[in-house]
Amino acid sequence: MSDTHAQTVAYVRDTMLPEQPAPATEAGAIKWLRENLFSGPLNTFLTIAGVLVVYAMVSHYFAWFAHSVWNANSLAECRTIITERWGEGATGACWSVIRERWHQYLFGFYPPELYWRPILVFVLLFVALAPVLFQGFARQLLLFSVFYPFLAIWLLWGGSIWPEVMIILGAVAGYVAFRVIEPRGDTLAIICGILVTILFWAWLSGPLSGMIQSVLPFRITPVSSEKFGGFLLAVTLGVGGIVMSLPLGIMLALGRQSDMFLIKTLSVCFIEFIRGVPLITLLFVASLLLNYFLPPGTNFDIILRVMILVTLFAAAYIAEVIRGGLAALPRGQYEAADALGLDYWKAQRLIILPQALKISIPGIVSTFIGMFKDTTLVVFVGLFDPLKGISDFVRADFAWKGIYWEPYIFVGAIFFLFNFSMSRYSMYLENKLKRDHR
Amino acid sequence: MSEPKLDRTIDRSHMTVSDEVAIQISNMNKWYGTFHVLRDIDLTVNRGERIVIAGPSGSGKSTLIRCINRLEEHQAGQIIVDGTELSSDLKNIDKVRSEVGMVFQHFNLFPHLTILENCTLAPIWVRKVPKREAEETAMHFLEKVKIPEQALKYPGQLSGGQQQRVAIARSLCMRPRIMLFDEPTSALDPEMIKEVLDTMIELAEEGMTMLCVTHEMGFAQAVANRVIFMDQGQIVEQNEPYEFFNNPQSERTKLFLSQILGH
Repeated sequence: MSDTHAQTVAYVRDTMLPEQPAPATEAGAIKWLRENLFSGPLNTFLTIAGVLVVYAMVSHYFAWFAHSVWNANSLAECRTIITERWGEGATGACWSVIRERWHQYLFGFYPPELYWRPILVFVLLFVALAPVLFQGFARQLLLFSVFYPFLAIWLLWGGSIWPEVMIILGAVAGYVAFRVIEPRGDTLAIICGILVTILFWAWLSGPLSGMIQSVLPFRITPVSSEKFGGFLLAVTLGVGGIVMSLPLGIMLALGRQSDMFLIKTLSVCFIEFIRGVPLITLLFVASLLLNYFLPPGTNFDIILRVMILVTLFAAAYIAEVIRGGLAALPRGQYEAADALGLDYWKAQRLIILPQALKISIPGIVSTFIGMFKDTTLVVFVGLFDPLKGISDFVRADFAWKGIYWEPYIFVGAIFFLFNFSMSRYSMYLENKLKRDHR
Repeated sequence: MSEPKLDRTIDRSHMTVSDEVAIQISNMNKWYGTFHVLRDIDLTVNRGERIVIAGPSGSGKSTLIRCINRLEEHQAGQIIVDGTELSSDLKNIDKVRSEVGMVFQHFNLFPHLTILENCTLAPIWVRKVPKREAEETAMHFLEKVKIPEQALKYPGQLSGGQQQRVAIARSLCMRPRIMLFDEPTSALDPEMIKEVLDTMIELAEEGMTMLCVTHEMGFAQAVANRVIFMDQGQIVEQNEPYEFFNNPQSERTKLFLSQILGH
């Protein structure tokens, strides 16, 4: 008690105690083991049980992986090799099916001499994504990201380049209309911009591209949608769906929050209808019914139709996720934006959405991951998804009849790679956008 | 209620009230659903006036000043701010809002933007001021509220008092002609209240037209030229501060003052 004035009633500390190292049981590996694995009888039991389960699974499947065969021409040959090498009754993986058919899993029935096109599109995808997903790239690269979808469509499906150029021109015409009318009011300008774009696409783009093509022929070998399959199809649908469903989902979420009765009702009806119906129903609509509603003679590409329906499906879910983010924002944020004189669109773009989207990142990425996996459902409308469409096709070959595990593991591993990357990216983004550090 | 000491002499040389009318509210009524929140409000504010609005909670004082920049809509009567009448016309609303600054109880800074970005956002996007110029203005006002060194931090890294001073600077960056304060110190620790009040006093000293909803009676006595007491959605009493505090007329005011001043 030398550092306190014990003789007086009031207590005043006049020397501060120095910091001391923690006892050995409070640091290092021992502490970690005690806290995480053996903190009590129940947890000790669970740890041991967990280790046993892992051991049982590994020991059961290890042999199957260890006995892998990579060089064989048929499942029967695989089995013979395994029996020869590891004795009667041994099991083993027959990866030779992947070795022989990997290109079908990746590209479907895309002409092999044109594989460079999807590969180039895939590589460029990362160039286009980099400036969108990460900071520190030149802003000019964003321009490439804007034009990338058109380039990708042209490279994948081939044919004349002019229809794609017309789509861009239509968008440009709409933007010009928007800028011209903007001083008279934002809402009017947006409506006019969209109208001009749609009219351009509907009436002008067809004849114009035909005319230019006859003067300036610029085309590569066309590849029809029936030739698409495997991961080429899954990634095309997935990326297209993701890119289109996010803005649509945002608009739907804002629509649902809107004060305008009609817009609100339409958004709610759309979201609830789409969420209430299985995706397969919508895919059947895409493949069978959609053509009935369109003018006779229009041949609407099956991949495009499916992509639109997948987009609508994902957008409804994303709208609800974003609505959660919007609801989580304090009212004060809206009021502060209003009080500063920001109009609706500026307040949304600068204040509300950046915060709401940040809150919604985990939900949005979950929806994207779910949507990407759901692209395998297109098998039901006759497209060759990697999981079942291509695998069934491979198994239809007598040599590979009866092979199940290996293709599923291969396809599953690739899906995992994509989805795990998305999940990690979402965590990275959440971390980067953290602002509440002290 | 412990009153923070406003231990400073107040420079009254610029605190002049002109004849020009800044805000004219006549016969204004507002309902929340069927609840009649504001009843027959008549209030004329001249340029340069510093008005403190006091009253028990639920008396409608916040609602009243929130009607002035139409964060709340009134259903009857007229509100004219700087010659612009507030109606459902969005153009008028945006015009009034860009002329009237507002400071909130909970600061309402934008947490995803830095302090500097908070201050430059509205000038750049509403006033179309070039970015560099907006940043210079922002730094000028941040220096005025004595936190220029925090410009590149985020709101979450600042104390409550600092955040509220940023909120004041953010409003000032729009060069408003009228400032509304909605209980600006109610969410602050006592030691931070003083720094915010000091900032508000400086603003008053420069001749800003101010309407403050606040419980800081010391501030009212030192700075206000008029105190308005509201109860049950009505203006019950208004007077210049000395008379208001020392010679309240209505029973309701006397009761309120005895409670808030702890006499």
